[in-house]
Amino acid sequence: MAIKVSMKVNGKAAFAEVETRTLLVTFLRENLRLTGTHVGCDTAQCGACTVLMNGKAVKACSFLAMQAEGADIMTIEGVAKADGTLHPMQAAFKEHHGLQCGFCTPGMVINAIDFAKTRPNASEQEVREALDGNLCRCTGYHNIVKAIMAGSKAMASAR
Amino acid sequence: MNAPLIGARIARKEDYRFLTGSGQYTDDITLPKQTYAAFVRSPHAHARIKSIKKDKALSSPGVIAVYTGEDLAAAKVGGLPCGWLITDVHGQPMKEPPHPPLAQGKVRYVGDHVAVVIAETQEQARDGAEQMQVDYEMLPSVVDSLKARAKGAPVLHEIAPDNTCYVWSLGDKAAVDAAFAKAAHVTKLELVNNRLIPNAIEPRAANGLYSRAEESYTLYVANQNPHVERLLMTAFVLGLPEHKVRVVAPDVGGGFGSKIYLYAEDVVVTWASKRINRPVKWTADRSESFVSDAHGRDHITLAELALDKDGKFLAMRVKTAANVGAYLSTFASCVPTILYATLLSGQYTTPVIFCEVTAVFTNTAPVDAYRGAGRPEATYVVERLVETAARELKLDPAEIRRRNFIRSFPYQTPVALQYDTGNYEATLKAALELGDVAGYAARKKGSEAKGKLRGIGYATYIEACGIAPSNVAGALGARAGLFEAGEIRVHPTGSVTVFTGSHSHGQGHETTFAQVVADRLGIPIENVDIAHGDTSKVLFGMGTYGSRSIAVGGTAIVKALDKIVAKGKKIAAHLLEAAEGDIEYDKGVFKVSGTDKQKMFGEVAFAAYVPHNYPLDKLEPGLNENAFYDPTNFTFPAGSYVCEVEVDPDTGQTKIDRFTAVDDFGKIINPMIVEGQVHGGLTQGIGQALTEGCRYDSESGQLVTGSLMDYCIPRADDVPLFQVDTRETPCTHNPLGVKGCGEAGAIGAPAAVMNAITDALGVKDVPMPATSQTVWKAIQSSKTKKAA
Repeated sequence: MAIKVSMKVNGKAAFAEVETRTLLVTFLRENLRLTGTHVGCDTAQCGACTVLMNGKAVKACSFLAMQAEGADIMTIEGVAKADGTLHPMQAAFKEHHGLQCGFCTPGMVINAIDFAKTRPNASEQEVREALDGNLCRCTGYHNIVKAIMAGSKAMASAR
Repeated sequence: MNAPLIGARIARKEDYRFLTGSGQYTDDITLPKQTYAAFVRSPHAHARIKSIKKDKALSSPGVIAVYTGEDLAAAKVGGLPCGWLITDVHGQPMKEPPHPPLAQGKVRYVGDHVAVVIAETQEQARDGAEQMQVDYEMLPSVVDSLKARAKGAPVLHEIAPDNTCYVWSLGDKAAVDAAFAKAAHVTKLELVNNRLIPNAIEPRAANGLYSRAEESYTLYVANQNPHVERLLMTAFVLGLPEHKVRVVAPDVGGGFGSKIYLYAEDVVVTWASKRINRPVKWTADRSESFVSDAHGRDHITLAELALDKDGKFLAMRVKTAANVGAYLSTFASCVPTILYATLLSGQYTTPVIFCEVTAVFTNTAPVDAYRGAGRPEATYVVERLVETAARELKLDPAEIRRRNFIRSFPYQTPVALQYDTGNYEATLKAALELGDVAGYAARKKGSEAKGKLRGIGYATYIEACGIAPSNVAGALGARAGLFEAGEIRVHPTGSVTVFTGSHSHGQGHETTFAQVVADRLGIPIENVDIAHGDTSKVLFGMGTYGSRSIAVGGTAIVKALDKIVAKGKKIAAHLLEAAEGDIEYDKGVFKVSGTDKQKMFGEVAFAAYVPHNYPLDKLEPGLNENAFYDPTNFTFPAGSYVCEVEVDPDTGQTKIDRFTAVDDFGKIINPMIVEGQVHGGLTQGIGQALTEGCRYDSESGQLVTGSLMDYCIPRADDVPLFQVDTRETPCTHNPLGVKGCGEAGAIGAPAAVMNAITDALGVKDVPMPATSQTVWKAIQSSKTKKAA
């Protein structure tokens, strides 16, 4: 069955006719062609599909598109400034080599941004625990943890 | 612009696109008139296909076509080839059973490919696949390599009635047996190298496109070596002319070996794109990755080390059963042989070594190279033996290693390799210091005060990277060359595009290789771009695996650069009205030696493309060179790792408290990237040791660990911050002095972790993965033994 969904994605209105079973991540990737949000497991463990829904990090593979009706969604494509300047968390990932193949990266960055909003001075252990739902197979997390700690501070001082 | 770029921590050129969601992975590519494929997979480990009915699937909404093994056979599509021929102990070729892309007659593992359903959308393809009616006659199955060799075991392939692919050996058995007979001490271990599932976070994907107008194919595929993929697919499977097939491996989300191979899905979507005259895309879901990506490891080994009374190694004897799965994957046969037995000398002067390997077919997914590929298995054997021997002889584990280190180079091992260089004492010493081994006793007391057990474990390793040379590999059974190609295209204004046959799927070649080129040419790194992963752009390539990219691919680039400079000198000599022999090139400037007459690199490039003042009678215009490089030897990275664990005796929970890795990768181009490779490798090694274990049910042959909830790849809080450092002995036989670093961590870590856990528990062995339950059980049975 087809239904119409509408929401705000990266500050712009987005509409489409989708199946009731269409996942939010499928809507973003296929209907809007925002392919920065990745699908790594489709079973809600890897976190590569993490987006901000009304400011909270959620796994877009675990929501139906229709559940996001009227929501304000931010994907990785909406994180940098309009002029292309990286967000402080993105910049920290680059500076600390917090990414290798880049596939988990969008989810990592989105989750980190949500986490850092409330925890600018989190400890290493707290950062590691906050990454429980984001899997990376390349970095061993070492530099991701460092990047998030630095990015969190940078976000706080930019506010 | 003239600061040295080699050795500099330069932030990666590729990061911006990955950080902003602008990367382009295979599944991100949706072509005009795109269709989607879903594979019907065997739910049984072993079964005869009695019938396949397509009708209901074909009438399912959106379904365009359904193909089975019969359709492929009718179209004369060949089987998937194995790229390495192993000759067995009797001089006979290994058993190579047919490996049809879609099953013919029988299925041999859960996940085996039965049919493909192609539809307008991915959901419709999956719905259609649900409607396929396949009638199976279930057969008994076997998943364990020892059981598969037992009398009466179910037989997978007619040509291998004992399920044995080959029995192969290396080394002087008589000499080894003689050394054991007079040894003062023998250390013996039965070891299982646990089966692993690679789990790159990007699932495999392939998108095949056929053009009637050009009579050509394009395959976009998550792959580590697009030219090899093309060669195998065109020459061995589809019988297509190579020049009519383009293979593109765009951004690839991790490989770890699992994306080296030519898979059934790649072949089927390419073939089907012509049949339906529309592009066909398939993307694995994670469950498919679990059942159908090539798995890794799965060895059962009996290992023995003979020593004299002073702890000097006299001989090593190793007998291994290697599970190769249901079919031979692309490089399955060389992993437990050529890449395993040859590494059993490790860093030591063990004078004689004998290794016998039996490769066994079972009703499991094919097993092939996974990060390290044979070398982690070898290191695990060597380093568990060495540490156990030290404990049995009451020697310090560092001391026993020191007594046996190879100290003079080149060194010919008894297992075929010749190490060119190394300094094992230097990395061990540095690891002991950086890991503060001196402070271990105090930390152990601290743990004891908390009611915890603390253990320390060492591992050293040798890695053979950049497998080579081609003629030697060919004599050993390789069915491919092992060189690399590179091309330097200097543009008229002096900027440079480099085409490399290596492929980056996280390794950062776009930065590392640009550093090499910019440094060598003395031009700004911004003026250098690296292109890779497209057979229509790159002249040729063998791809990226076995930590070969910088040592082999990087050297090909350097050789091409040398040609650029040589031609540049000729052009400069003409422009400067000097003899070619008087021209020097340094930091972007061609100079007449001993004078101030000079031309910038960009001026020479411009003259090459706007040849108004140019020696056209002697020299072709343009500045574009390529080179192929076939190494004369492997490179031999080496290192020393020290791991400290803290175990909670009540729960068996094991925490890696400290992990120190000191590696010798030869010259390092970008230390930041190298450290990242080490961190990642260590974490995969720690995963093997602590959390990852693939299990098939021994009765049903079902994959029990078929999801990320059942198969635990390490989370961020499973690993510590690592202490890593390097020591440097440059490789002697390539111009950059580089050795490679991609697999080291995964090679050395498992032995270090397990040596630490067995130390903490005071037991001889704990099987991997040492989960809480496994460790708890080991504690209980050791208590029972002590009480008895």
